Formats: sequence, structure tokens, C-alpha cells
Amino acid sequence: MSVDTTTSPTPSDRAGSTHPGSGAQPPAPPGRKPAPPVGEGRIGLRANLRHIEALVRRNVLQIKQDPESMFDVLLMPIVFTLLFVYVFGGAISGKGNQDDYVNYVIPGLLAMMGMNIAMAVGTGVNDDVKKGVMDRFRSMPIARSSVLIAKIVVEIGRMSVAMTILLGMGFALGLEVKTSLVEVLAAIGLSMLFGASLMWIFILLGLTLKTPQAVQGLAMLVLTPLQFGSSIFAPPTTMPGWLETFTDYNPLSNLADAARALINGGELANSVWMTLGWAAAITLVTAPLAVAKFRKRT
Amino acid sequence: MGPHIVDNMQQNHRSDTARISDRTHAVEVRGLVKHYGETKALDGVDLTVREGTVLGVLGPNGAGKTTLVRCLATLILPDAGSATVAGYDVVHQPRQLRRTIGLTGQYASVDEKLSGWENLYMIGRLLDLSRAAARRRAAEMLERFSLTDAAKKPVMQYSGGMRRRLDLAASLVGEPSVLYLDEPTTGLDPRTRNEVWDEVQRMVTEGVTVLLTTQYMEEAERLADELTVIDQGRVIAEGRVDELKAKVGGRTLRIRPSDRSQLDAMARELARAGLDGIAGVHTAVDEGLLTVPILTDEQLTAVVGVLASHHFGIADITTHLPSLDDVFLAVTGERRPVSEQSAESATTLQETAA
Repeated sequence: MSVDTTTSPTPSDRAGSTHPGSGAQPPAPPGRKPAPPVGEGRIGLRANLRHIEALVRRNVLQIKQDPESMFDVLLMPIVFTLLFVYVFGGAISGKGNQDDYVNYVIPGLLAMMGMNIAMAVGTGVNDDVKKGVMDRFRSMPIARSSVLIAKIVVEIGRMSVAMTILLGMGFALGLEVKTSLVEVLAAIGLSMLFGASLMWIFILLGLTLKTPQAVQGLAMLVLTPLQFGSSIFAPPTTMPGWLETFTDYNPLSNLADAARALINGGELANSVWMTLGWAAAITLVTAPLAVAKFRKRT
Repeated sequence: MGPHIVDNMQQNHRSDTARISDRTHAVEVRGLVKHYGETKALDGVDLTVREGTVLGVLGPNGAGKTTLVRCLATLILPDAGSATVAGYDVVHQPRQLRRTIGLTGQYASVDEKLSGWENLYMIGRLLDLSRAAARRRAAEMLERFSLTDAAKKPVMQYSGGMRRRLDLAASLVGEPSVLYLDEPTTGLDPRTRNEVWDEVQRMVTEGVTVLLTTQYMEEAERLADELTVIDQGRVIAEGRVDELKAKVGGRTLRIRPSDRSQLDAMARELARAGLDGIAGVHTAVDEGLLTVPILTDEQLTAVVGVLASHHFGIADITTHLPSLDDVFLAVTGERRPVSEQSAESATTLQETAA
């Protein structure tokens, strides 16, 4: 049997070709799709968007199937608002001053919400890796980053729900916007942006650690001191000097201060720039690490 | 077998070129190595799968089967060696390669929270089908795998067999030319196993090339055209199923005398008769059996003749082909004590195949 070495069949040729020496081999089934027009197999932008859309749809369907996964989004803003305004608000701002505290803590909770919702992305990624779904995606002709981008898109959607509920709670408890709608939206946007930058850290944890529980445990361990050692719940000026210094450098303080200034008015340039700087820095460092980890073929 | 071997030789001369334009080998693996620290998951594996055939990769747990599949599915990079699938290199052309393969197994899974239909639709969309085409394809695959009734149910509620059928359907949405089945029936009950086997056979008749890893001899025997036996990351035997069996020996004759006490006497007479080519008559006293390895039909007749001429009563007589278990034990058993022996045994088996 001779083999023609001069022709280099295209994949579509190949798929339909039959063994020249074996008449018994059945012909290729009808309807084999022609190979997609890919030069070197690069995935075009439109295809990429289509893939992200399909993956976002998957994540949304997951939520529909498992509504409990929305508990954090639905309940956290309500529980935290009630807890801090009524339980701690009096102690922090003085009895009867809860109304003032609403305007202090709601922007702070806005900052916290982004972070806490972002955490879920880590356990989601970890679950996909463990269940083998990720390997299915990784063996398919799609950009590997599209799987991660879809997760982030969905988490941002979840964040926006949580933040809407939070602001609703705030208004019900007497939150006063002293600026305008534009600034409120800017506060939401800034919190989401910061939360999105943190997602890369959680994705990295999700890809690195063995179980979703480990991801959640480690995330809580890091997040809890960051949350409480910040200006989210109480003014740092009331804290001991060393802690005040810590909160000054805590990016969550910057974000909380920025959100506060955007809703209550006041000097905001510094805190906004600091927050943007942190978000950019975190993304620039952790996103490439996470994507590299995800793409690595080991 | 003839043309295959010629191809093989030609192939060896050209295996350095990036795109091997050989239409007859869907999968070509040369000296593939993957080490995890001290563990040599793959320690220089060579194998080929002819287009439109099923290659069974047989080996115990930890032999390197899954690592091999993961390399060929571009999920992991080999440390050394080369592999091409449908002419595409696993290291340098992963994107093109992914368009030609389907993967089903222990690791590549569907989303449990989604329904069967949603899983297939999503995969269709990820494979660049239009919405309408993806919808059509999902319905088609559900129909084909008898999952239409469960189309809207979340996969979590599927039985093991339904789940495995959906896995197969998922890997076929893209009409791959090469399909990897990594232990496709592990953990399934016998009936479901048969269903999966039927489906695999159907795919093969449609022209799909299959690389199947399994621990089950029965599965390999039922599905595979050729076999590669691997152990500790190395190929220790390869060839067609019947060739491997022939290597282990011909048939075994099991004779049950009417009177168990005559077992030894029968063995003695057979040994004394000195039949041509018959050696190693064994008595299994516990089971009341006399076992005689034979190579030809004439030897069977001769054995019966000797026993008849001495007026031994025979209650039962059966012939047994060696099972793949026997093959496996024979090749891995040889290997275990001294590692050099394995190389020899693999060589001799390859020579036998040629």
C-alpha cells in the first residue's frame, strides 16, 4: 500500500477520507460539518463572545437549578444592614444616632458586599475542576480564558443584585443620598470593579486548593480581618494607633471611604484613585497568574 | 495486518515531520514521557491507532492510561516524545487538535446541575454551531442515546447509565474523528455496560476512531481491534486480541473423568502416550479436572483417543481459549520481578505480531 506523501490533507479531508486499502470501512457519516475557517486555530472575537455567552448561560442555569446559591446575595445585605444598624449602630454612634450610622455603614457595606460575593467564584471554579467539567472545557476548541470571564460576568450580575437590595434596605432605614444618582452609580461601579479584581485572587485559590471548603476557609481567614480592620464599620480614628495605620493602608478602607464620599459628599479624589490603583494592581498581578495556572498543562 | 506493518515502517521514517500526512493513522504516539516527580506516569510509550479502528489500552490502576489520554487531549504537556492526533501535534497545534477530538471519561464530565439538553446545547454553542443548529443537534443526540424523556431533568437525577450515555453524547456533539474513552464503563452494572458497548460499536461503524482505556478484559475483547498493554508507564505487549492470546498459548482442554479417582491414572497414561507436541498435563484434584494445553485439533482427537483406548470414562470435556486475564497475567507477571525481562517480552510479542 502506498501513501501519498505529497498531499497534506486538511482536517475536513481527513475526517471524510477512507482508508484506501480497506473497502470495508464505511464512508464518513453525512452531515460532517466542514472544518471551521480557522487559520492557525485562533479563536476570533465573535466566536469568543459566543462562547462566553454560552458559558454565562450555563452559570445562570446553575443558579436557577440551585436557588440556594443565591442566599448570600439575597440575605447578606439584609442581615448585615439590620445587624449593624440596630445591634452595633447605637454602640458605635451613640444611642438614638442609628440614623446617622445608616449613612456611615451602608456605603461601607457596599464595599464589603463586592468582596463577599466575589468569594463564591473561587468555590465555583474549584467545583468545576473537581467534577471534571473544567477538563471538558479545556479539551474543547475555545479560549480557556472565556470560562473564567463567564464566571466573572455572572458574579458581577450577582453583585448588582446584592447591591440593589442593600441600597433598598438602606433607603428603608433612612439612607439619605446627599449627592446625585450619578455618584451613587459611581459608588456601585467602583465597588463592583474592586470586587471583580478580587475575583482573580479567588479564582487562583479555587484552582490551587483541593476542596471548595478549603477555598472558603482560607478566603474567610484573609477577608475577616481585612473587613473589620477597615473603615467599613467604624471610623479608624477610634482605633488604637497601630490599627489605624493598618486601616489606612487597607484597600477596603479606601473603597469604603470612596463610596461614602460618593453618597454623602465630601473629598473623594484621593480614596477613589487609591481604590482604582488597588483594583488595577490586584488584577495585573493575579489575573495573569490565574490564567496561567488555568492554561498550564500539567 | 500486512499493509498496517508496511505503513508502520514508512511511518517511522517520517515521524519527524510536523504534519504527518498519513491517512491511515489517526493517532501516533512516539516515545511519550510524563513524569510527576519520581513517578513515571508515562515512560516512553509508543502506539498507533489506525483510522476507523478501536485501540484498547489495557492496564492496571496507575499504569498510566489516564495520563496518556490527558496528554492526547491536550490537557497536559508531555515531558518528552511526540504525539499527533489526526495529523496535529499535541504540543504545538493544540487548538486545531481540539477540533477533531471527543473526550469521555473519568475526568471530562458534564455539568450535573444542568439538564441533559442544556449540556448538549451548551457544547454545541461552544463548538460554534448556530443556536438553531445547536438545538437540532442536542435533540438529535438525546434521541440517539434514548435520553429524550430525561432531556429536561438535571443530570444530577440521572442514573449511572443515563449519565454515561450523556457523556458519550456530549463528546459526539462536535462529530469528532477521534474519540477517547477513558474507562467508559467503570462502575456500571453489566446491563448498562452492554448498552455503552453497543453505542461505542455504533460509533465505530460510523467511521470514528476510538482510543479506549480499560481495566476490563471483557471490554477490550468486545470492542478493540488491537490492544496495547501498558504497565508502569511502558508498553509491555501489543497486537491484535487473537495474536496476544496465541502468544500466551493455544487452547486448554479440561477433562472431567466419570470417576474422580482415575484422575492420576489418566494423567499417567496421557504422559506415557507421548503425544506429539503435548506437554504439561495437569491434574486439578480439587476440581476433579485434568487440564491439557493443546495447539491443534488433531491433538484434541489424539488425547481423546488415548483416553478411550484405556477405557476411561469421560463425564465432560471442554476447550478454553486463554482469556485476556491470562494474557495480562502472562505479560505483567513476567515483567514484575526483573524489569529487563519486560523489554524482551514486549519485543517478542511485537515480532509475533509482525
